[in-house]
Amino acid sequence: MMWRVALPLATAFAVSLLALAPITRAADAVNPEADKKAFQKFFTDKFPKVKFDDFVNGPYSMNEDLHKQWEEKEQFPPYEFSLEAGKEMFSKPFKNGKSYEDCFPNKGIGIRQNYPYFDEKEGKVVTLELALNRCREANGEAPFSYVKDEMAALTAYMAYTSRGKPMDIKIPSDPRALEAYEKGKEYFYTRRGQLNFSCATCHVQSPGERIRAEILAPALGILNAMPIYRSEWSGMGTTSRRFTTCNSQIRGVPLSPQDDEYRNVEYYLSYVSNGLPISGPGARP
Amino acid sequence: MSAAMKMTLLAGAMALLAGTGAAEAASEADYKAAYAAAEAANKEAGALRNQWTTTASTLAASKKAADAGDFDAALAQAREAEALAKASIFQATSEKERWKDLEIR
Repeated sequence: MMWRVALPLATAFAVSLLALAPITRAADAVNPEADKKAFQKFFTDKFPKVKFDDFVNGPYSMNEDLHKQWEEKEQFPPYEFSLEAGKEMFSKPFKNGKSYEDCFPNKGIGIRQNYPYFDEKEGKVVTLELALNRCREANGEAPFSYVKDEMAALTAYMAYTSRGKPMDIKIPSDPRALEAYEKGKEYFYTRRGQLNFSCATCHVQSPGERIRAEILAPALGILNAMPIYRSEWSGMGTTSRRFTTCNSQIRGVPLSPQDDEYRNVEYYLSYVSNGLPISGPGARP
Repeated sequence: MSAAMKMTLLAGAMALLAGTGAAEAASEADYKAAYAAAEAANKEAGALRNQWTTTASTLAASKKAADAGDFDAALAQAREAEALAKASIFQATSEKERWKDLEIR
């Protein structure tokens, strides 16, 4: 009699355990495609009035007044000088006669949407800024600062030649690429600094809200507009500048530009914004 | 209040005052030990890639006070820096799993 009751109970318990096991594994498995879908859905659900492509305009996409400000700003864009300088720099040969064109596919034109990419030879993420400095060094030139001026000008020009092209980041079937992606995701959601903020605290939990005088940008498409002219900086800034200043604003000691963590978080954030158009260079308050 | 209770309270207050007096007399050695402990904790936070700017500025303030010969202030700042560094270590350690709570799924 006891067996009659106990056996079905034990069986039911075992079945329920088995049923739970795949769920746990699925939740822990790295699935960039599912992440991207969930990420994009989160923002389109949160801001149903914002057109999908408009997310790349950051705070200017968040309400009508700001959008009007952005349209007016685009009449005489503050990044124009940097863009012109970048165009000139890009075509000027190095001392050895070669130029940036020789370092990139399609001579560097219209390729911004493919950066960062995972380099299977190196086993790491390569960003556009890193590729530009590597190009310089390979041709006997000194690398530029990663945060502003020349680097911002060069990336502004390259972004401009890709305007309107959808972000198209690939994750090759290489466990190291998946690991880099996952580490980037971890960095994005990890709280740090004395203020205990993660990137997501501002750009997932609070986009559209004010932090002091600023309107926070949504994380979706946030890198598509890079590099940017920021009124707060009174100048141009690169993705590296954005990451390092975000860290110091929350009272965390920034890492060095192009450290693995920043390369990985750029990889993650760019991948989940796949499909959104490149809009750089951008302008921000 | 009984006389015995008054005596007990008085003795307690005297003991507290005596204790405070001892804490105020910070020496250079006290400062150096506290500063080394704070630096070690901040180094550990660095290995976790999670130092705080406030730890660095508090360490700098501690050194500045010591250079001026104010070891009371130097000791207090060093202890504060150690507490900040330990908090950053706790943050980095606990976030190893907690970040997943924020993830969009």
